[in-house]
Amino acid sequence: MFFLKGDSVNMAPNSIHWFRKGLRLHDNPALQEAVRGADTVRCVYFLDPWFAGSSNLGVHRWRFLLQCLDDLDSNLRKLNSRLFVIRGQPANVFPRLFKEWKISRLTFEYDSEPFGKERDAAIKKLAMEAGVEVIVKISHTLYNLDKITELNGGQPPLTYKRFQTLISRMDPPEMPVETLSNTIMGCCVTPVSEDHGDKYGVPSLEELGFDIEGLPSAVWPGGETEALTRIERHLERKAWVANFERPRMNANSLLASPTGLSPYLRFGCLSCRLFYFKLTDLYRKVKKNNTPPLSLYGQLLWREFFYTAATTNPRFDKMEGNPICVRIPWDKNPEALAKWAEAKTGFPWIDAIMTQLRQEGWIHHLARHAVACFLTRGDLWISWEEGMKVFEELLLDADWSVNAGSWMWLSCSSFFQQFFHCYCPVGFGRRTDPNGDFIRRYLPILRGFPAKYIYDPWNAPDSVQAAAKCIIGVHYPKPMVNHAEASRLNIERMKQIYQQLSRYRGLGKNFTIFFCHAVFFPLACFPGYHHMPDTGHSSGLYRCNVSHDMAGPQHSGNRHRNVYCMLHEYHTVNITYSLYIPIYNILCGVQQATCCTQEEVLQVRGSESRNEILTVKMTLSPPLTSYNGKLQRSRRFMLPVGTSRVW
Amino acid sequence: MKRGQKRGDDAEEGPGAPELCKRLRQDDSEDGAVDWRQLPEEILLQIFQYLPLLDRAFASQVCRGWNQTFHTPELWRCFEFELNQPASSYLKATHPDLIKQIIKRHSNHLQYVSFKVDSSTESAEAACDILSQLVNCSLKTLGLISTARPSFMELPKSHFISALTVVFVNSKSLSSLKIDDTPVDDPSLKVLVANNSDTLKLLKMSSCPHVSPAGILCVADQCHGLRELALNYHLLSDELLLALSSERHVHLEHLRIDVVSENPGQQFHSIKKSSWDAMVRHSPKFNLVMYFFLYENEFGPFFGDEVPVTHLYFGRSVSKEVLGHVGLTCPRLVELVVCANGLRPLDEELIRIAERCRQLSAIGLGECEVSCSAFVEFVKMCGGRLTQLSIMEEVLVPDSKYGPDDIHWEVSKHLGRVWFPDMMPTW
Repeated sequence: MFFLKGDSVNMAPNSIHWFRKGLRLHDNPALQEAVRGADTVRCVYFLDPWFAGSSNLGVHRWRFLLQCLDDLDSNLRKLNSRLFVIRGQPANVFPRLFKEWKISRLTFEYDSEPFGKERDAAIKKLAMEAGVEVIVKISHTLYNLDKITELNGGQPPLTYKRFQTLISRMDPPEMPVETLSNTIMGCCVTPVSEDHGDKYGVPSLEELGFDIEGLPSAVWPGGETEALTRIERHLERKAWVANFERPRMNANSLLASPTGLSPYLRFGCLSCRLFYFKLTDLYRKVKKNNTPPLSLYGQLLWREFFYTAATTNPRFDKMEGNPICVRIPWDKNPEALAKWAEAKTGFPWIDAIMTQLRQEGWIHHLARHAVACFLTRGDLWISWEEGMKVFEELLLDADWSVNAGSWMWLSCSSFFQQFFHCYCPVGFGRRTDPNGDFIRRYLPILRGFPAKYIYDPWNAPDSVQAAAKCIIGVHYPKPMVNHAEASRLNIERMKQIYQQLSRYRGLGKNFTIFFCHAVFFPLACFPGYHHMPDTGHSSGLYRCNVSHDMAGPQHSGNRHRNVYCMLHEYHTVNITYSLYIPIYNILCGVQQATCCTQEEVLQVRGSESRNEILTVKMTLSPPLTSYNGKLQRSRRFMLPVGTSRVW
Repeated sequence: MKRGQKRGDDAEEGPGAPELCKRLRQDDSEDGAVDWRQLPEEILLQIFQYLPLLDRAFASQVCRGWNQTFHTPELWRCFEFELNQPASSYLKATHPDLIKQIIKRHSNHLQYVSFKVDSSTESAEAACDILSQLVNCSLKTLGLISTARPSFMELPKSHFISALTVVFVNSKSLSSLKIDDTPVDDPSLKVLVANNSDTLKLLKMSSCPHVSPAGILCVADQCHGLRELALNYHLLSDELLLALSSERHVHLEHLRIDVVSENPGQQFHSIKKSSWDAMVRHSPKFNLVMYFFLYENEFGPFFGDEVPVTHLYFGRSVSKEVLGHVGLTCPRLVELVVCANGLRPLDEELIRIAERCRQLSAIGLGECEVSCSAFVEFVKMCGGRLTQLSIMEEVLVPDSKYGPDDIHWEVSKHLGRVWFPDMMPTW
């Protein structure tokens, strides 16, 4: 494991631990590696323009970050060490540091995101050239994401259900490692100079050029210490309710909670593995040693899911060139976008949420659904990329992967989401908080409105508006869209897109009209979608076409290729819904295919030479649990493309 | 030609194809090399049909023969004009030169045409300009599709109408027309009827505010072959239904009605039960698709009497009472989507629907609440005929019998296949 070079062979190494995310001393395996057997260790943090791939971090995120660094520094002081905050870019500064500090070991936490991987590869190369050993450890995610992809046949899973299936087949995550302590430090020291504060101190917001006049105090104070207090509170509350369900939303859950953890997970002030195992322990204690269900870890697994989907996809945050994103003809409308981002839509529910986001840097996840739906498929028909950028700037917990993934999800651009349901910008809020206190808190101008009109003040009679001292159209904007009309249009547009993708015939006969689930969009990439003869059996011969996989031409040389649902033809076997029916014995012509049980994609391992028509012999084995001993053969609503219509 | 070879594989083999192939192969073996000039035009055409336009255009530059094939009328029957402006769309537009070429050389070949237009007025105008140049073509289908906002509505009405009537007058055999969200009006529909009444089979014109009930009635009266019709509720009348169910009229297959309220508290007229009955007698199998985008207090005239609705979509909040009526008044119901409802669980309503709507095969629930036991009961009653069951996770309220973790087992058991509720990311 140790790879020492030249004159440092017989000496204990001098290490640098490079903090990026993972801003903590607990469960930090890479940091432990830095200390192990080392002579000296220096923990560095670069104030790095590359950070999170973004240059427009909002003030809340900067403050949160600086508080994390402060906390890290003070915790390191307790171990007679310090944090070195270095101004500059890692690639420029590292060579100098290696020399100056006679470094022979560099450690950091694995970053799974594409630009992070690229940056790290460059640094690794640079370190190698300088004779510095590099140790990288996974601790920002529960699992090794590449293992998940591998288990799925080389493609990241595209549905959450599929992801859960894969996870349930894997070993549980590794246990968190011990917190860095004096014992672990041993004889390893940090050389600290007199002028450390000047050279390497944590800067203040003012020093970074932020205007902090009138900045309210942080609702979400950053740092590991705060995170560890919160997780205890979080678990206490869970234990107190003794209920491990997803909490139902109410007026209270809209507000920032002192038990909220998402920003801490995002910056790595809290280890996801620590959270995972604390949840497991608690569940076992309360539920008398029952095995916890996957749903217990919902929040952590969703994060993991999006990280997995993004890790090999550098275009994950774009529509164009992103193989998993449906191309939707979004409208470019900067004025409307600005109204949304600046809380001037005229819908109090939307505006209150956007105000909360701007003021505090966090909003409830259902509130995110509400504003995301409003911006994209619900009302404004504006690209999810624009919304994602606004969240990126304002939201404390906006991981690149999770942010982009959630936006794609909520705008029905990927991940097979049902699209028939749009959140109503009036009704959704009213159901959650009938009294409207949330709105009064963030939009004081509407304080005078009675609960009856607070969600749609434009419907209030003039007398009510006068009494509330707020005339709609003067003091508060009128609604920027007619929601009924907009959602009618947009549902239609969405349907159109998915119908075209799945080559679904439109107003078809006896087939589902409202349910064009995005599940079928891989078909879009499928050139030859044929009508198959009905064999009348659940096994038989199917003609099938090996097409390029969704990853597009750059991946066409890969050994794995996908057979898109040629086999799901509606007269024959309904595979789409047989999620867990294992499909054995897939013989593809002369090639042996290995096959996973994924709902819409069969992985075919075969020749990479050319696309060809294969004859697939498919036998469906009985389902794992045989319901009434029979396989359902429901009619499908997918029809081959009709030639009489062009839309 | 790389892609041609690939895609050519899955081309349907026409009757003469094997022989042609043989011929080719013989030529092949004689020369020892493939002489592409010998490629019979039929095969080349076959290949071209599988190529995207751009690739076809490149291939057409190979030689005179290929260029000739490139311009074969069969390859120009179907065209989709994409009209987008860089300022209002992320997508590319059909190149103006290509549009010019098509109008010059192929407009008389066009039969299936659609226009996809972004939210800008310029794009809608461009679509109209093209339409008004299609004087010597006979279209079978025409679709005007606004991909973002209804931009045709922004045009001066007269401009739009004159462009559209050019097509109506020249085509004579239009069978499908999709003109949702456009300023089409009664006189232009008259022109449509005068020229295409024998062939018109499909007419989609949701949200066309300039059409009156009398205007659409004229279409129904004259176009006896009309099978599919989509329009807004304000155009629906007893007379229209009677016209569609007249003896001379073919069986209607689809009728789609959008019920949208422009302002709160809007009053809607009602349709007589006898008119619906006439419709069902005439076309026993027709699908009645209804989209409701109403406030809760606007449902007054609906679901009092029996309605032959088959597909029902509630896009906005709908009250428990109305859903209760659905079970009583919609015996033909096949699909039901409820996007939102109040906080009171829909238990009895669902069970009544399961009891009374014996055709129901698809249901989607968004922001509603149903107790787990009632939901299991519902699924048990419907059983395997529920092919689509799309329920948001939050909809199912755990009770003493079923928790969130075992509900999917119970439901799967009754469905006969593995089922899970739909989930939204916890973020």
